[in-house]
Parts: sequence; structure tokens; C-alpha cells
Amino acid sequence: MQDERVSIEHEADIVTARQKARELAAASGLSRTEQTLIATAISEVARNIVSYARRGEVVLALLEDHGRHGVLVVATDEGPGIADPELALKDGYSTSSSMGMGLPGARRLMDEFELETAVGKGTKITMRKWSR
Amino acid sequence: MPVPILKQGDVLIAFIQAALTDKDLVRFRDELGEAVGRWRSRAVVIDVTALDVIDSFATRTVRGIAHTARLRGARTLVVGIQPDVAFAMVQLGLTLEGVTTALDLEDGLALLEEGGQRGSSDAR
Repeated sequence: MQDERVSIEHEADIVTARQKARELAAASGLSRTEQTLIATAISEVARNIVSYARRGEVVLALLEDHGRHGVLVVATDEGPGIADPELALKDGYSTSSSMGMGLPGARRLMDEFELETAVGKGTKITMRKWSR
Repeated sequence: MPVPILKQGDVLIAFIQAALTDKDLVRFRDELGEAVGRWRSRAVVIDVTALDVIDSFATRTVRGIAHTARLRGARTLVVGIQPDVAFAMVQLGLTLEGVTTALDLEDGLALLEEGGQRGSSDAR
């Protein structure tokens, strides 16, 4: 299966991204629970794109490492960036009216989580989930 | 995609479908608040069996719907949270404070008939 690229512009794209991720995760043999964790994490990061950056994209790819399978999720945008990434990864912190669970929650749902961001330039979130 | 709301006696049953957008959920909240008054409903059951993802936005919306219905004088039950969805919600740190939950629609309706003496009145 090829990489899946989902452009995120409208909130309906959030649903598309998580459905594609679920398909990909199922194809790589991840369990239903793992698929749900990935889909939920994508929902959170994709919603951040819609809320803060207006547009961006989510790229999904299969991973394989010494017989282990997984899913790679890269969410990028050229939005305002995050002024204080450490704070943004704290539970309960939000600059909007949300609960501030998005980024820290997504990090807990996935096995690996990297956040690169620059104010005025944009944000890139790289996440991986491996099959157990 | 509108959320179907079914009237059964003094209970309203709403089936939340998979792949609802945020706008659908917000519209559903507004329609339900109105429907409780129109039908003079005593209880609202929100069936989320079909939801394969409940993220922070969906949780906040469901909580808002439940609280809105309660302020309109109706008990609200959320039924059918799938096991993997429940697990993801726990990982995310999401809670449905003050919202009664039941395993499925059947269990939820039974709970209402018993007058809610049983089960978790506070799904904290």
C-alpha cells in the first residue's frame, strides 16, 4: 500500500484522515484497539490543524522494522506555530475553548511522538504506533 | 448528516452515526434541546454504538448535550461506548462527568425503567 496523503482544510477531512489511518493500520495487522488509538490521535492533531492553522495535511505510511509493523503519521501545517511547545504538551492547557487534551492525549495514545514547531512558520507532528 | 431522534413514550433516543462532523454534533445538540421541550421528554438516551472514535471534541459535545438535556428537565444516558473507544478515552484522559452511562440501549432503557437506582450515576 502506498503512502496516503490527506489534505486537512475542513473538519470533514478529519474524519477522512482517521478512516484512512484505520484502513492502513488494519492492513498492517494492527489490532482493532490499536487502530482506534491511532484514529483518535489523528483526530486530535488534525483538529488542531483546522482550529489553529486552517489548513495542512496528514501523511500516513506503513512502517516495518525487523518484522514489526506499524503506522507512521506526519501532520504538518504552515500555521502560526506553537509559542510554548512544552506548555502545549501539558494536560489541560489550551489557548482555545477546548479541554487542552489534544496534544498530550495524542502523545499518550501513540508509541512515539515528536513535535517540531516555529512561531510564524508552522508545526510538524510525527507519530508512530507499533503493533504489539 | 442529521442525527435521527426517535421518540418512544417519554424517552427520546438518538443514534449518533459514525463519521459525524463537528457541525453535525453541534446541530444535534441544538435540535435535542428543542425536542425535549416539544415532546415533554423525561429522558434522553444517546446511543454512540456506531462511533468508532470519541475524541476530546466529541466528548465535550456529548457532555454538553447531556447537560443541556438535563437543564431542560430530562435525564440523559449515554449508551454503547465500544470497549476500544472506552480505552482510547481513558488514555486521552477524557471523562464524562455527571453523565450516566449504560452498556447498550437495552441496558439503558432498563435502567430508566428502574428509575435509575442501579449503576453508575457518575461516570467519573
